Amino acid sequence: MRMYDVAIIGAGVIGTAIARELSKYNVKVIVLDKENDVANGTTKANSGIVHAGYDAKSGTLKARLNVAGNAMYEDLCKALEVPFKRIGSLVVAFDEEDMATLQELYQQGLDNGVPNLQLLGRDEVKEMEPNLSDEIIGALYAPSAGIVGPWELAIALAENAADNGVEIRLNAAVTQIEANEQGFLVTVDEDTLQAKYIINCAGLYGDKINNMVNTPSFEIVPNRGEYNLFDKGVGDYVNHVVFQTPTKHGKGVLVLPTAHGNLMIGPTAEPVDEPEAVETTEVGLKFLREKAKRVVPKFPFQAVITSFAGLRAKVKTNDFIIEASAETKGFINVAAIDSPGLSAAPAIAEMVVGMLKDIAGGFAVNSSFKPNRRPSIHFMALSPEEKAALIAKDPRYGRVICRCEGITEGEIVDIINRKAGATSLDAVKRRARAGAGRCQGGFCGPRVMEILARELKVDITSVVKDRKASYILTGATKSNDEYGLPSQQVADSQDI
Amino acid sequence: MKSYEIVVIGGGPAGLAAAIEAKSNGAKDILVVERDRELGGILQQCIHNGFGLHVFKEELTGPEYAERFIEGLKQQGIEYKLDTMVLDITDHKQVSMINPEDGFLQVQAKAVVLAMGCRERTRGAINIPGSRASGIFTAGTAQRFVNMEGYMVGKDVVILGSGDIGLIMARRMTLEGAKVHAVVELLPFSGGLTRNIVQCLEDFNIPLLLSHTVTNIVGKDRVKEIQIAEVDENRRPIPGTERSFKCDTLLLSVGLIPENELSKSAGIRLDGITGGPVVNESMETSIEGIFACGNVVHVHDLVDWVTEESRRAGKNAARYVQNQLVQGVKTITTKPGQGVRYVVPHYIRPENIEDKLNLMMRVDNVYHGARLVIKEDDRVIKSIKKAHLAPGEMESIKLTKQELETIAGKEITIALEIEEAKE
Amino acid sequence: MSKTVEMICISCPMGCKMAIETITNGVTRYKVSGNKCPRGEQYGVKEMTNPTRMVTSTVKMKNGHLNRLPVRTSDAIPKYKISECMAVLKAVEVEGPVKVGDVIINNLLGLEIDIIATRSM
Repeated sequence: MRMYDVAIIGAGVIGTAIARELSKYNVKVIVLDKENDVANGTTKANSGIVHAGYDAKSGTLKARLNVAGNAMYEDLCKALEVPFKRIGSLVVAFDEEDMATLQELYQQGLDNGVPNLQLLGRDEVKEMEPNLSDEIIGALYAPSAGIVGPWELAIALAENAADNGVEIRLNAAVTQIEANEQGFLVTVDEDTLQAKYIINCAGLYGDKINNMVNTPSFEIVPNRGEYNLFDKGVGDYVNHVVFQTPTKHGKGVLVLPTAHGNLMIGPTAEPVDEPEAVETTEVGLKFLREKAKRVVPKFPFQAVITSFAGLRAKVKTNDFIIEASAETKGFINVAAIDSPGLSAAPAIAEMVVGMLKDIAGGFAVNSSFKPNRRPSIHFMALSPEEKAALIAKDPRYGRVICRCEGITEGEIVDIINRKAGATSLDAVKRRARAGAGRCQGGFCGPRVMEILARELKVDITSVVKDRKASYILTGATKSNDEYGLPSQQVADSQDI
Repeated sequence: MKSYEIVVIGGGPAGLAAAIEAKSNGAKDILVVERDRELGGILQQCIHNGFGLHVFKEELTGPEYAERFIEGLKQQGIEYKLDTMVLDITDHKQVSMINPEDGFLQVQAKAVVLAMGCRERTRGAINIPGSRASGIFTAGTAQRFVNMEGYMVGKDVVILGSGDIGLIMARRMTLEGAKVHAVVELLPFSGGLTRNIVQCLEDFNIPLLLSHTVTNIVGKDRVKEIQIAEVDENRRPIPGTERSFKCDTLLLSVGLIPENELSKSAGIRLDGITGGPVVNESMETSIEGIFACGNVVHVHDLVDWVTEESRRAGKNAARYVQNQLVQGVKTITTKPGQGVRYVVPHYIRPENIEDKLNLMMRVDNVYHGARLVIKEDDRVIKSIKKAHLAPGEMESIKLTKQELETIAGKEITIALEIEEAKE
Repeated sequence: MSKTVEMICISCPMGCKMAIETITNGVTRYKVSGNKCPRGEQYGVKEMTNPTRMVTSTVKMKNGHLNRLPVRTSDAIPKYKISECMAVLKAVEVEGPVKVGDVIINNLLGLEIDIIATRSM
């Protein structure tokens, strides 16, 4: 049986951040995830904001870890080549009641240690964001807020962790955990493995994993957020993350540029029954449009390119649950990581590894730890000379596959063959942006499938869009299976 | 830097026709740049017949139509590059491109012909709610898979949009053994040709549901169910009319968009209605010496019209490089009036017209018994009775050089005069 | 005895809605109404007596740069033969090179109509 020091359950941004942090030590780590890609749950569908940290109540884990995590983003994203921009956020106010709320948020932000907060008047807001409504009378400005590619971060963390010795095992659903003398016997589908410690980062399934060994102590309620994404052509419609002031009627929606240069609105907030309910709804999308129009009256809705929804793992207590299990030694819950979980992720990872070191009595440092990710090539950003030199070296960089985003075959092959690499169309899109542009994969989808099949040495019909069961092709034409025959008779006018 | 007289961007029907015509009209060094692995463009996947009735007076399939032009190109000895992507065009007509063989390449052109075609509108662009399951294809992507790659994209299909590609794919999928449950159309009329409604839908008992739309897509991983509803006159779903189909595939045929990213980066002026460059009688854009033709200018219904328009662009590009086009002379604006959505070309310089000019346009609704009328102020220049007009079909009117010379002012209007009530 | 079938004429873009009445009175005759020109009548009667269609499809292709070769019938075939035609095409595999117009299947289903390649590959 395979033996590990640590099994991390869940390969979202939290699990992968912890894995990478642990890879700084000589510890044998495995990350398990039921999906066929890392970052395939909450991490792939959220606002992508690194919050400043004024929003959480002072004294909570959320408040502390948000502010601490925020401060770590520059260095982390630089080392991992993840798109991150510290563009600042604005919470805009429409009336005096809103302004009073902003005053409270300002004070809370100071208490939480958020740097450089400012309350702005109407004119200052208008100058910073000319497309915002004239009815806005002021705003809370938090220059430390930023935007990040959330799944890129988790993918980069996973890849860097793997490059430093962590094993990432996908398509691996944990079905049973048994505490034993050496730690835990973990059942993964038909296989078992042994780990001394377990870190539960299972996101929407955090309660279920906890309950495999512990008395139920919290319940995760999935909370859906829907989003609309707009073309890069309108990506500079706003220059900051623009929030509406929370009122008793709700939080409103935010309008922001994404780390990839698109414009985005969202999210809705709606409790749902099951942890896979990532559909968008007509009601939700309509709500977004109405709320966005309040902040940006001339919102360029015609530039919409897609909609999506994600789920956040909420609990009643409304704070992160990061604690070693009192009843099962060596089991750490990192649960209920909803907003600002992405912002806090680097700080959560440090905290959890600290807890684990305490339990284990310390770990030896991994002297060969490489903090930087192997550099990626962004072909279109190169100079003409660099382009020419690269194609001469590897002709695959001379073949553009995704026209909208300008992604070459060389780049796609690279992201398939990296550790924690892409195995699906959406996985390619998340890593290399191929198919993420205005045609949404209409032209490049078939070509990317061809490359995936070739690189992974599988038949093209087994290439999936996203998750395991999301098959794309149903077989060959003119083949002799059941649906190769004309199943329908031609309507015959003679027998009318 | 290598230089060419004319660089044609795109090796589909528009680019091929333009290049051949330019060569026939005296242009010497011509380069056709194609991003796909072969010439012919989207015609290679349009394996159905119905092409060429006007140009060749016979009915051809897409690949047959393409092959005639590809042969023509080769016979003329015109240079072409495949698998080559143009990255940038400057307003001085420097074109940079890459491909695996030449690497990064910059060429100087005297004239450029833009013939990049169009792309399909996606599910996101029409914002259909529901899951992001697999099994949702634009009709053109499905067509490529089925007709060229040889793969089926589904077994139980609903098609949204009754444009010609949607109708054609309904028949193709059926013939390959899939069950097509319905073609759903938001508008009260189909944007496709009647011939296709009869031969692609009625022949196979496939219902065409007008004034309906898809309201929800169900299925966690692969599409499992498509929910539809009837819509009111504001195109909003009518409560109580919902119904659903158990199926694994949704094909979208919801419109085409001229592909003008290169034009934009070159600073070419675009028309907000067509989505393509504003052009003059010679198919020249707002940048002198950069021409455009085919679906990059406006989406055509028949490839025959693409050919005709592209020949005009190619010929005029050749005239331009031989200094035969007159610049900076009298210019007449063509203005779409009532019932007409747009007119191409947008400007006319009568001095450059040799004998006649074809004005192409689309109407905004279905009409029976109307007149297309060209006027300068209140003076009728030309009036043509049209028994049948529909948004799905391109209309055209020829103006002779003599008629153009009667225009004293700077603007003519092309409008519909309706004699009977619209349908 | 008579019965009426409704159809849309596809002879031109007008799309006349026609009614074709079958009159069986010793001999079978057809009465076409709703058409605005003689082509409509011709089309209507043809649809009632011997509707035919061009069939375009693909066949499997060996050593081409694509897996499938596009083909068509050399002329329109009876509508009720379309399914049979598709079944025949399924069984065919062509080896390249092929020229546009090459006969892929001779005398399809005894109809004296061929299946021909619609591109060179």
